[in-house]
Amino acid sequence: MANIQSPLPGTFYQKPSPEEAPYKSNGDSVNIGDTIGLVEVMKTFIEVKSDIRGTFSEYLAVDAAPIQAGDFLAELMA
Amino acid sequence: MNINRLFIANRGEIAVRIIKAANALGVKTIQAFSEADKDMLSVRLADESICIGPASASASYLDINAVVSAAVRMKADAVHPGYGFLAENADFAKAVKDAGMIFVGPDAETIERMGDKVSARQVAEAAGVPVVPGSKGRVESTDDAAKIAKTIGYPVMIKAAAGGGGRGIRIAQNEEELRNFAPQAQAEALAAFGDGGLYLERAIRSPRHIEVQILGDGVNAIHCFERECSLQRRRQKVWEEAGAVNLKKATVAHLCQAAVDLAKAVQYRGAGTIEYLYDDDTGEFYFIEMNTRIQVEHTVSEMITGIDLVQEMIRIAGGGKLNLRQDQIIRNGHAIEVRINAEDPFMQFMPFPGKVGTMSIPKGDGVRVDHFLYEGYQIPPFYDSLLGKLIVHAPSRDEAINKLLVALKEFQIGGLKTTMPLHIALASDRDVRAGKFHTQWLEAWLAAGNLDATMREGALL
Repeated sequence: MANIQSPLPGTFYQKPSPEEAPYKSNGDSVNIGDTIGLVEVMKTFIEVKSDIRGTFSEYLAVDAAPIQAGDFLAELMA
Repeated sequence: MNINRLFIANRGEIAVRIIKAANALGVKTIQAFSEADKDMLSVRLADESICIGPASASASYLDINAVVSAAVRMKADAVHPGYGFLAENADFAKAVKDAGMIFVGPDAETIERMGDKVSARQVAEAAGVPVVPGSKGRVESTDDAAKIAKTIGYPVMIKAAAGGGGRGIRIAQNEEELRNFAPQAQAEALAAFGDGGLYLERAIRSPRHIEVQILGDGVNAIHCFERECSLQRRRQKVWEEAGAVNLKKATVAHLCQAAVDLAKAVQYRGAGTIEYLYDDDTGEFYFIEMNTRIQVEHTVSEMITGIDLVQEMIRIAGGGKLNLRQDQIIRNGHAIEVRINAEDPFMQFMPFPGKVGTMSIPKGDGVRVDHFLYEGYQIPPFYDSLLGKLIVHAPSRDEAINKLLVALKEFQIGGLKTTMPLHIALASDRDVRAGKFHTQWLEAWLAAGNLDATMREGALL
């Protein structure tokens, strides 16, 4: 088990846009550098990239919810 | 005046600015705030405050019901929208009025009319204000396009009538190119939008952005001269001046008079801005749009005229008449505003919502800082990155730039990355000094690595 943390404070999004599916869902493989979500900070959208490899378990941060830098966004099974 | 309790439906530096104006008029202030903004400076400065919802702007500052019901609950008699958020939302202006309060700005009909590009263009044309020359409507054939292009003048932009987002736009330098491009554009428009109708407009290369500040009381209107706002990045202004450098006196007089004519034509009430594109090659200017609110850069107009625009707009909203005639508004010296954003200019302007450390704010004659910071304040990440504005005023443009450089070097905000290094580099740049820039200039200047180059040359030391 490993967690992906938010690099920045802001609003976290699981999806590239409201109409689309989440970046990752349970069982997806995750490589280093894969985008797993977006953080909106001061009207700028920053892609959150995974710094670890594994199998996607679940999002720990709610879609469109405020987050702080360092908050856990998602959980992977190593 | 009919306003005793003013509700501020905005945040950040403009909320602080509105409180100062209200205090000077003896008006009580009520500050709206989101859950993320309970510590902001204007909440501390206002007489009263009320939470209007969660951090997300769509559930707080952009929620018409939340804002209006909070204003009613706090027994406000007027609502100031600031800029951004609901400031140019006709439904909001109407909701405020329907709830029995005064909206500090023009009425909903005017906001709607000037907010629509097509109707605003019609209003401008009817008032005799130049608009970008273009076809009156759809152009159906290549021969028609060639005929119209001859009257508009080359280069012309060929756009899909049904299009948007820049798709299908071509620029023709002459008739040969036009005859070549028009059928391509038509086919592309048909494929993309199911409609092959075209629209022609004169292409203006490297225009400058010039705008005129106006004030109206519903009958009379006056102008407070022009502003130069060409230094932009991603269509966001970063540096603004009053007045505009290198413009002929006759052109300035024409720009300002056209703005007053337009304001009178719509019986404008409140503070507004008429925006123009200015073509340096031909000396011609064209109306682009009217902003029916106070703008971030209103400060430079205040500095050169001595008029407090925010007080004026509150006074007019409260039923007051303009108490200045045009001939009493005197232009005095030159003013420059630079926007201090919480962004790292050396890291692609990455936002930096940190905690404010030790601050040292420049002071002195002709130096003004409008901001919402205090030591220990945690900048919330949910809104735009504007921290404040540094404004300088001096007898001449050269002296203003000198004063700006001194003030920027004195200005310290600990704990944050800001755009101040960008402004130091710009103030040190030869083209900026000479006033040789346009709306496409800054992004090219940044892309060419000039920020780092200027820093290496020691401008930042």
